Amino acid sequence: MNYGIEETIQIPTVYDQMVSRGVSRRDFLKFCAWMSAYLGMEHSGSAQIAQAIQSKRRIPVVWMHFQECTCCSESFLRSSHPIVADILLDKISLDYTETLQAAAGYQAEENLQDTITKYKGEYLMLVEGSIPMGADGNYCVVGGKSAIDTVREVAAGAKAIIAWGNCACSGCVQAANPNPTQATPVSAIIKDKPIINVQGCPPIAEVMAGVLVHLLTFDRIPQLDSLGRPKAFYSRRVHDTCYRRPNFDAGLFVESFDDENARKGYCLYKVGCKGPTTYNSCGVIKWNNGTSYPIQSGHPCLGCSEAKFWDNGPFYQRLESFPGFGVESTADNIGTTIGVATLAGLAAHAVATNVFKRNTIGPQPGEKPESIEDDSKTSS
Amino acid sequence: MNERIVVDPVTRIEGHLRIEAEVKDGRIVDAWSAGTMVRGLEIILKGRDPRDAWAFCERVCGVCTTVHALASVRSVEDALGINVPPAAELIRNIMYTIQNVQDHVVHFYHLHALDWVDVVSALKADPKETSRIAQSISHWPKSSPQYFADIQKRLTGFVASGQLGIFANAYWGHPAYKLPAEINLIGVAHYLEALEWQKDVIKIHAIFGGKNPHPNYLVGGMPCSINIDEANAINAERLALVGKLLKDAQDFVEQVYYPDLLAVAPYYLEWAGIGGGLSNYLCYGDLPTAGFSNIDSFKFKRGAILNRNLNEVLPVDAKDTQSGIEEFVDHSWYDYSVGEGKGLHPWSGETKLNYSGPKTPYKNLDVDKKYSWLKTPRWKGHAMEVGPLSRMLVGYASNQSEIKAAVTETLGALNAPASVLFSTLGRTAARGIEARLTAKWGLEFYNSLLKLIKDGDTRTFTKDRWDPETWPKEAKGVGMSEAPRGALAHWIVIKDKKIENYQLVVPSTWNASPRDATGQRSAYEASLIGTPVHDTKQPLEIIRTIHSFDPCLACAVHLYEDGKEVSKQELAAQ
Repeated sequence: MNYGIEETIQIPTVYDQMVSRGVSRRDFLKFCAWMSAYLGMEHSGSAQIAQAIQSKRRIPVVWMHFQECTCCSESFLRSSHPIVADILLDKISLDYTETLQAAAGYQAEENLQDTITKYKGEYLMLVEGSIPMGADGNYCVVGGKSAIDTVREVAAGAKAIIAWGNCACSGCVQAANPNPTQATPVSAIIKDKPIINVQGCPPIAEVMAGVLVHLLTFDRIPQLDSLGRPKAFYSRRVHDTCYRRPNFDAGLFVESFDDENARKGYCLYKVGCKGPTTYNSCGVIKWNNGTSYPIQSGHPCLGCSEAKFWDNGPFYQRLESFPGFGVESTADNIGTTIGVATLAGLAAHAVATNVFKRNTIGPQPGEKPESIEDDSKTSS
Repeated sequence: MNERIVVDPVTRIEGHLRIEAEVKDGRIVDAWSAGTMVRGLEIILKGRDPRDAWAFCERVCGVCTTVHALASVRSVEDALGINVPPAAELIRNIMYTIQNVQDHVVHFYHLHALDWVDVVSALKADPKETSRIAQSISHWPKSSPQYFADIQKRLTGFVASGQLGIFANAYWGHPAYKLPAEINLIGVAHYLEALEWQKDVIKIHAIFGGKNPHPNYLVGGMPCSINIDEANAINAERLALVGKLLKDAQDFVEQVYYPDLLAVAPYYLEWAGIGGGLSNYLCYGDLPTAGFSNIDSFKFKRGAILNRNLNEVLPVDAKDTQSGIEEFVDHSWYDYSVGEGKGLHPWSGETKLNYSGPKTPYKNLDVDKKYSWLKTPRWKGHAMEVGPLSRMLVGYASNQSEIKAAVTETLGALNAPASVLFSTLGRTAARGIEARLTAKWGLEFYNSLLKLIKDGDTRTFTKDRWDPETWPKEAKGVGMSEAPRGALAHWIVIKDKKIENYQLVVPSTWNASPRDATGQRSAYEASLIGTPVHDTKQPLEIIRTIHSFDPCLACAVHLYEDGKEVSKQELAAQ
């Protein structure tokens, strides 16, 4: 899909606007000299200002915060390439974000209104957090306005929306059963705008930055899977890109935390790893500039880039079954081929059967032995 | 005639906070603090596996990520009688200290500095003079005239572009900004440096916990195994990286953060007499050095101080259900079955959401009635302040020698008496003093871990009570910690292998809560009384004092339900 946001990026410079209003080049340079003096800069400052005013405008961006824990903002700050200072100073104009902006209260709200009015149809809307539909919206109110009203108001003029993290994509922890506040993802409320779901709790820093860079560099929305996630980062299962995968295939499992097998870095499947049903880049990009990822540090994947992962627990119980073993699988073709014995599925079946025959994976209480090898039983 | 002003959203914090204040003759005469978002995590926790609770609780906050997971695993371990192996405790301490240091630095530069540092004024700075000042306060290498000229040039281009982004429409030029242009430029340079630094030092969480934000924890220890002869475990390379990052963290604190704090403070000594607020301070203590059950071994001491009396530290017992910690809802959007005016201990507490505030969009809250999603906690009926200042004061009054020395050194450097600590500036200074200590302690814990491994004890997990079949039919526990923002505790009741009840009373609930049944103000509201306001249209002075607490509102707002489930219909009907 290409939503063509070229116009968003090619917005007129301040200089263009001045020229269109009839300001001459001579007046423009005089203005720069005055501005330089006003700011108390040395003589060379004038040229610097002239250059800045004539250069390409940065894309206006508003970052909305609703029901969230700010882990997405924090993760974004961890980006190593590009670093956040470069994104903020050179790539985007982050005109509203409660986490970082200097202005507060009235001035902060004014910044938001200015941007959505002045750049109607041009700005990018980033959303962190879910929107509670219960109690007439009073479970989340900012500046006296409910999150429901604000998300509709701001989305109306947005060129595109990025839903950061599991909260904005699928409601995350507050939407876990029984979802007391009726926490709702952006895509369930806004239907007429392109929405990029950048999943995870939080998403990996470089994935967040990567999605922004993709938009700005290639002037288009990245290809998305059927759940709205960029394929570049969410088309592979953690299981298929896991460096411990050979242990799974060989039937070498951690039986208990810090046992002999854990100390050798065997597969965490039997202590509850959700890697086989989770689509994310943890095994490829890893976390914190490639330092590690949950499995590498000995903990099972919780499946945090999948909807409703909080209710797929308990976390330390192993998956009873999971779909298609093959590395060719993506969330989309798993979704459409469930119940169909694909070549990958057959191969996987064979692997699972062999593993099972060696008795390295015993059935859990209440689990039928065959369930582990039966791809067709998995839910969509 | 008093003028009512509203600051909503309070920005550069975590979460959704609203402040309303009344100003008379240029000073605040009354104030109300309101949390305006709620998620309902305690309801969600009910009925789940207690071993999973840490992951849910960690999502209470992504800024102080880690501390809620720690409090949660401790609550379960307390309930089930689990003692974690020494290596696991040291790893938890290392993760705790680096989180504390990273969080304090991020707070100082990215959440608080713009209250004191005028970004636009930095454009007028002389880079040579800036360099001279920088080199006179620190031997941090990035301090040449050219370095500051480059930063200034970049800032100039940014400002001249007309797109000020996160710096737009702020209070630049406000007369409450007092720093010379050169120190403002140092502040801007270090704002950018700290942005880079924070992402590196926190890699320690990824090494032990797999990721940050939201690293992994485990009831009974830590999930990472140590095996110095294996590529897939904590080995010499991983440990060397931890050691390097801890050293980097300490260098930045000692050579950038702390010198900057000392350089800025003298221009704002007026703020040593503003924002004191409450005179009661509470600290649960943390950083065990000989097991979590040995409270005397804690680096941060447990105790309470009343009426600023540093000669007496009162004992605090979180399990005291008769005369200890209670929560009130007289000004919060909840109902109690026991009626108004009564507090409940967290183990026997109850909550029913009942929004009764104005319809959105609204201009003002009805502050005579209920006006916040935060409950109001009290200790023996007292409103208590929590946070780095409380930790430093309780440590000082408990004669914790390292804390006492660090506080004394800073007061000496500022040539100020101890009374300046009871203020907005004192809170900000206490955070810097604490970061020096936790940075140092992180390295101590690291060295202890190396010694332990060398001596052959590499256990990071105990299986003793992992199997729910080994649990008693019913168990209660408390998990206490000291989050960057202050005293944090989780209370858990386990029944039939499941969570029967779970409640969090967190730092910002203590500090940011509405007043109680008797009209007693909590810390934010009390601290704003008397604050000068130069221009009621520009809330700079208000956010200065509020930011000095380092607000964290997602933490502060939560709810809890005793025994019965609130149905969606019930909630929707409200």
